[in-house]
Amino acid sequence: MEKRSMLKKIQYNCKQATFLLEKKVYKPLSFRERIELRIHLAGCSVCRLYGKQSAMINDMVQQLFKESEKGNYKLDDTFKKELELRIEEELNKK
Amino acid sequence: MLTTYAVSPHTWVKAHADYLYAFAIKRIADEELARDLVQDTFLAALQKVDVFEGKSSERTWLTAILKNKIIDVYRKRSSVIVSSDITDAERQQQDFFHEDGHWNPKYKPLEMGVEEQYLENKEFNQVLKKCMEKLPALWLSVFTMKHIDDEASEKICAELKVSASNFWVIIHRTKLNLRACLQKNWI
Repeated sequence: MEKRSMLKKIQYNCKQATFLLEKKVYKPLSFRERIELRIHLAGCSVCRLYGKQSAMINDMVQQLFKESEKGNYKLDDTFKKELELRIEEELNKK
Repeated sequence: MLTTYAVSPHTWVKAHADYLYAFAIKRIADEELARDLVQDTFLAALQKVDVFEGKSSERTWLTAILKNKIIDVYRKRSSVIVSSDITDAERQQQDFFHEDGHWNPKYKPLEMGVEEQYLENKEFNQVLKKCMEKLPALWLSVFTMKHIDDEASEKICAELKVSASNFWVIIHRTKLNLRACLQKNWI
């Protein structure tokens, strides 16, 4: 009886399953957590879809960050000139 | 043999300004603030030139200074608006699951029809960007540090002053939120 109710709990708890799916990306799960997640996912297609979409979002986020890195972010020349002057000024103070 | 690096502030702007600017923009998405941070970085570095030990390259050293300034921004941002925007996002989130942890049918994941070719899908990526902008500042900071710099979780916790358990909760909530926002605005 006890066992069955625990199993039910795991099968029902999508909140916990999605939590474990996220944690798993960054940190190995404990043995217990792994079993829990496996049992849940075996019976829950919605959370399997969640897992797929969550991985998709991670990929997209990585790509967004990468793009902004190679993006053409350049400081304008006036600002740079001022900055250079400012640095010279500070250096002369020394 | 150890190489020691030299500093030459006269060439800093030419050699590193654009690099540092891009580095900052990527992490705080605010051009004006990024400019200020580049300037602050140079000025702070000037104060420390005398103690520069040459163990790392000039650029690495400057970047480390900038990084600390960015974390200050994260901290400031997340402490100012903490209460209101996190509560809002959390309230919205309680609806995602019923009390027993089961998905609320209204919010449960549905096929979005882009699962195969999402990386090439410009519009879809645009929606994601918008959704990220709507995240509470603290959540976005945690998420950004994790994804751009791949920082160790412990370090992020220490720097942004969140507990370890709270850290995982934030990661989870951020993702639930982003996913729900994508679904809502895409389907």
